Amino acid sequence: MAGLEDLYREIILDHYRSPRNRGELPSPPAHRVEGFNPLCGDEIVVSLQVEDGVLSDIKIGGSGCSISQSSASLMSAAVKGKPVDEVRELIGTFKAMMSIHEATLPRDGDGGDDHEDPSLDAAPVDVGSLGELAALQGVVKFPVRIKCATLSWNTLAQGLDEVAPA
Amino acid sequence: MAGVTGTRVPPALDVATVRKEFALLSADRGGRPLAYLDSAASSQRPARVLDAMRSYEETTHANVHRGVYAVAEEATRRFEAARVATGRFIGAPVPDREVVFTKNATESLNLVAHTWGRRNLHAGDVVVLTEMEHHANVVPWLMLAEERGLELRWIPIDDHGFLVLDDLDRLVDGAGLVAVTAMSNVLGTLNPLAEIAEVAHAAGALVVADGAQSVPHLATDVTALGCDFIAFSAHKMLGPTGIGVLWGREALLADLPPFLGGGEMILDVRKDGFTPNDIPWRFEAGTPPIAEAIGLHAAIDYLGELGMDAVRAHEIDLTAYALDVLADRFGADITVYGPPAADERGGVISFTHRDIHPHDLSQVLDQHGVCIRAGHHCAKPLMRRLGVTATARASFGPYNDRTDVDRLADALDEAARFFA
Repeated sequence: MAGLEDLYREIILDHYRSPRNRGELPSPPAHRVEGFNPLCGDEIVVSLQVEDGVLSDIKIGGSGCSISQSSASLMSAAVKGKPVDEVRELIGTFKAMMSIHEATLPRDGDGGDDHEDPSLDAAPVDVGSLGELAALQGVVKFPVRIKCATLSWNTLAQGLDEVAPA
Repeated sequence: MAGVTGTRVPPALDVATVRKEFALLSADRGGRPLAYLDSAASSQRPARVLDAMRSYEETTHANVHRGVYAVAEEATRRFEAARVATGRFIGAPVPDREVVFTKNATESLNLVAHTWGRRNLHAGDVVVLTEMEHHANVVPWLMLAEERGLELRWIPIDDHGFLVLDDLDRLVDGAGLVAVTAMSNVLGTLNPLAEIAEVAHAAGALVVADGAQSVPHLATDVTALGCDFIAFSAHKMLGPTGIGVLWGREALLADLPPFLGGGEMILDVRKDGFTPNDIPWRFEAGTPPIAEAIGLHAAIDYLGELGMDAVRAHEIDLTAYALDVLADRFGADITVYGPPAADERGGVISFTHRDIHPHDLSQVLDQHGVCIRAGHHCAKPLMRRLGVTATARASFGPYNDRTDVDRLADALDEAARFFA
């Protein structure tokens, strides 16, 4: 069984206890979008401000578990001030990391390539490019919690699609 | 003592013996058995239920109500015997005609909405619900309200999780139906169904009760409850998944149109129409869950053997103990929802921790072999009323004892340490 320390990395607990970019932006001009996890009742409110193709400001509201709250906090810190294109790319990379099968996670002495299930042959994810967000990698060992980690990202993606259609 | 007073005292529940019937709870999982505290979601099944189902499959299986060969007749006999046993378990006046087998309690409630509701409720008609209903007794009425333009009214709850019935006369005035749970799956509140039914009936409204939580844990007499329909599920009462029950008064059921269409529910089919079957088969289109009915019968026999009064007494004791332990060891760190006294509630304890989200609590508890539920418990209107998005919930079955409660408390301590 995967241990709790795989799930609750120190950086996750830090963002849970001291969430970054907490609150809401006045809307308008900011765009406000809500996300729900129907399984557990977690709710998230993402306020985003897009100016000249840049996600100039973002705030996170709502309530949820440590995984959904820390993921949202880490996300807000990672995307604030970035061009929308880059934000979309980061969303894609993060969600790809969340869909990596547990069996393919790198282990000691195991490149993780010797699997036979073709469904596992997804495009390789550059976890290194995710920086602090990589701390959420362990969530995939707890499949029920993946939706907690992706809630804010899906909500942000929806918000971006509404204000800045790709 | 029984001899002195002349009254029968129910034999106390021998939990150690009960527990041996449940393989999952006896298994040694790394040196400690599972502390299963999620029976309000689904109970475990004793060996005799599994044995009964397997024995039926191996010796007696054929489709029911069709074959004229011996095995098929025996399968039909046993299926119908399960129906009668189910009816008797809840005090049904006409057990062979008033018990409808469904997929689960949710389908039972939907059956009422589709048949009775569609026939009797029209634009502007009123359905009265309570703030503590499970989604299964909310959404079917929301759907019908949308389709028919019904008005929904809500009986509020007070801060102890009791229904506020002061205004009941006004709420049910002009209503066609009152939909109310016999026992809240979140708060554990035991609602005064008979009192509600009396007021509802005086106003000309029927009462559909959600018995999913109450029937498995309390002796049930539908006549005393005064309701017109009651729904419950086998899998919360030591039986299998895949079968639920709707009980309805014979005269009411006899007057209702069919639910789903297909085989079994007809007497005759022509190119230009059909003649529906008699009750209860009119509501049971297609091949029913036969082995599951056999399993439910075995579960009911087992509960009868344990004695529902003994089950209830045990759960009151365990609930009182758990409420004390949580208050003593955690004080203001933990908020418990629902009635404060154990004898006013079922064996369901919803709580939140001041600093730890229910989801995180449940995750840490799992590491200690303690299974609880975390989430909105399919009762989002109630969650909003309580001002939370989720709670943690520990719930009991006849196989739980004080050790399980102690392990819950120990694991909560660990969680508090971990997230401190």
